[in-house]
Amino acid sequence: MKTVIRAEGLSKKYIIGHHFRSVHDTLRDALSAGFRSFISGSGGQKRRLTREEFWALKDIDFEVKEGDRVGIIGKNGAGKSTLLKILSRITEPTKGRALIKGRVASLLEVGTGFHPELTGRENIYLNGSIMGMSRAEITSKYDEIVSFSGVDKFLDTPIKRYSSGMKVRLAFAVAAHLEPEILLVDEVLAVGDYVFQKKSLGKMEDISKQGRTIIFVSHNMPAVTSLCTRAMLLEKGRIVKEGDAVSVVGHYYSGEGNSAASVDFTSAETMPGDDVVRLLRVTVEDQDGKVTNELGIDRPFYITMEYELFKAGHPLGVSVSFHTEDGTYAFWSSDMICEAVNDKRKTPGVYSSRLNVPGNLLNGGVYFLSIAIVNPESLRGNKHCVEKNLLRIHVVDPIYGVRTRGRYVGPYPGAVRPLLEWDVSKLG
Amino acid sequence: MNDQEFDLVIEPGKERRQYIQDLLAYRELFYFLAWRDILVRYKQTLIGIVWSVLRPVILMIVFTVVFKGLARLPSDGAAPYALMVFAAALPWQFFSDSLVKCSQSMVSNSAMVTKIYFPRFIVPASSIIVSIVDFIIALVVLGVLMVWYQHMPGLRFFSIPLFMLLAMAVSLGAGLWFTSLNVWYRDFQYIVPFTTQLMLYVSPVGFSSAIVPEKWRLLYSLNPMVGVIDGFRWAILGGETGLYAPGVMASTLVALTLLVSGMWFFRRTERAFADVI
Repeated sequence: MKTVIRAEGLSKKYIIGHHFRSVHDTLRDALSAGFRSFISGSGGQKRRLTREEFWALKDIDFEVKEGDRVGIIGKNGAGKSTLLKILSRITEPTKGRALIKGRVASLLEVGTGFHPELTGRENIYLNGSIMGMSRAEITSKYDEIVSFSGVDKFLDTPIKRYSSGMKVRLAFAVAAHLEPEILLVDEVLAVGDYVFQKKSLGKMEDISKQGRTIIFVSHNMPAVTSLCTRAMLLEKGRIVKEGDAVSVVGHYYSGEGNSAASVDFTSAETMPGDDVVRLLRVTVEDQDGKVTNELGIDRPFYITMEYELFKAGHPLGVSVSFHTEDGTYAFWSSDMICEAVNDKRKTPGVYSSRLNVPGNLLNGGVYFLSIAIVNPESLRGNKHCVEKNLLRIHVVDPIYGVRTRGRYVGPYPGAVRPLLEWDVSKLG
Repeated sequence: MNDQEFDLVIEPGKERRQYIQDLLAYRELFYFLAWRDILVRYKQTLIGIVWSVLRPVILMIVFTVVFKGLARLPSDGAAPYALMVFAAALPWQFFSDSLVKCSQSMVSNSAMVTKIYFPRFIVPASSIIVSIVDFIIALVVLGVLMVWYQHMPGLRFFSIPLFMLLAMAVSLGAGLWFTSLNVWYRDFQYIVPFTTQLMLYVSPVGFSSAIVPEKWRLLYSLNPMVGVIDGFRWAILGGETGLYAPGVMASTLVALTLLVSGMWFFRRTERAFADVI
């Protein structure tokens, strides 16, 4: 396989701090700063001291082979978008270089250059040309673009009258027909409805089947694992893990949340908390009291928080947050609803709060649990400890014999899956 | 695999070296942006294209009334005063429109600048095309006026494209400075309209530059629009009106300096546009 992208020591530095911000603001600041340094003679030097360098990318080396589908994952600010911006030449690297073979198209945002006053037809041409298509190319693909977008009836309507969904569909339709050798994609799939997302993912799969190379930046881990063959995990501007997509995504998750079913904070230094209360242990148990994070979808399970109270007289609230794999906040629950909860914690000592999660509440899949102990009577929620994504649980959906499914075996969307009652009756 | 097998090398400073090739490769984008500006110009307007006719005509009427009727200023030779004003209104309208558009072009296209690569020079360059279209429409009005006043232009008329090029150099040169500065300091959104307003008073739009005392004439021509307007009048009005050659030379020199320095400044700053805008 040929190498189509090679990055060698790619780095990008941004200057942040006082001077940089004044550059953004107004001329007045620049003039007065210049005037001040002129008078004092040393002001210029002082300003140089206050500015701060920030390496958004630092010595990135990688190779992408022809036909690879590479996912780039990482937290916000890890440098993913900066990397795409350098590869698509929007911004120049500060150091290092990247070599590229083949035509590159970047989808950093669909619908770039769309003009609200222009009609759908006019915007197809404009947007296509901005994305790098020639007029002849657009004309030859025009019918395909229109039918993919599904907005045929509104082609002579100014797009300011389009719904946002229609705009996205039209924009993606243009982008999908770019036919570059290398496609750089940044989170475009986060928009549009479910059906359209499926269609977009399908289109990207088609593109990759034609032997084209895709670089895909996303927070949507299921999309990364299903679309990409390889992945890179970025952290603070560096590549921390590179390999096949499934193992890199797994690595990302293991950094995000412990895969064990219980966490013990053994030493006093690592115990989360302050001089009022410290978290000792968190455990997930199934119905039978077995410590596990593999939980049946229709079975209840328990989450037990053990903590030591050092000072009496502090009202506490112990809570658990559930987030789904793609970061959706599923729900939050706190022991503050337990009657006279703080009367039970009048003296210092070791306590436990146990949350009972019923079966048929969570959907199948992975959830991240965050634990917090706060002062519930302070409006600002004085926090004693907050442990984000401390535990990871897997809710197992066996599909057959599940009451919330009945005879349905297809995908089950949603952050939760409550078992609700239905009435069906014949009206006539 | 060695470097020659790759099509594109991205490294600091590299972009500068392949700029001309990129400009050629992206010329279709230049046409499309100009086409967009022309289309958008008259969407949601009631009388559309009439505006390009109406504005110089109204300017002509008002200036004729004020400068000829009230201030009793002399015309250029034997030419009708209104025609003299219109000959100046043509390039003036082009200059002030294109300067304002060009100065705003980078900021108003910021969505594109931060999302895709293209030689940034395309944006300010294409922004003046729409003003050229307006200029051509207004030329038709000039034709009508000349028939009305029964004023035949001589062969000099064909020098108009030259003076038009001079006007383009002035507005593109100044526009490149302003549009780059506008990326950093939005103050220029206020400075530019104010500048064109001031320049309207000091440029010989409503009066003939012949009323400027001879000894100040060269200094006056350092305003590059003086050379442009004098040239237009000389080409359109014909007759015995002479062209003050040193003035045109001075204006041309200033215009070229503006253009070259504007390009230099734009090229020097454009690499950072996407990071700052």
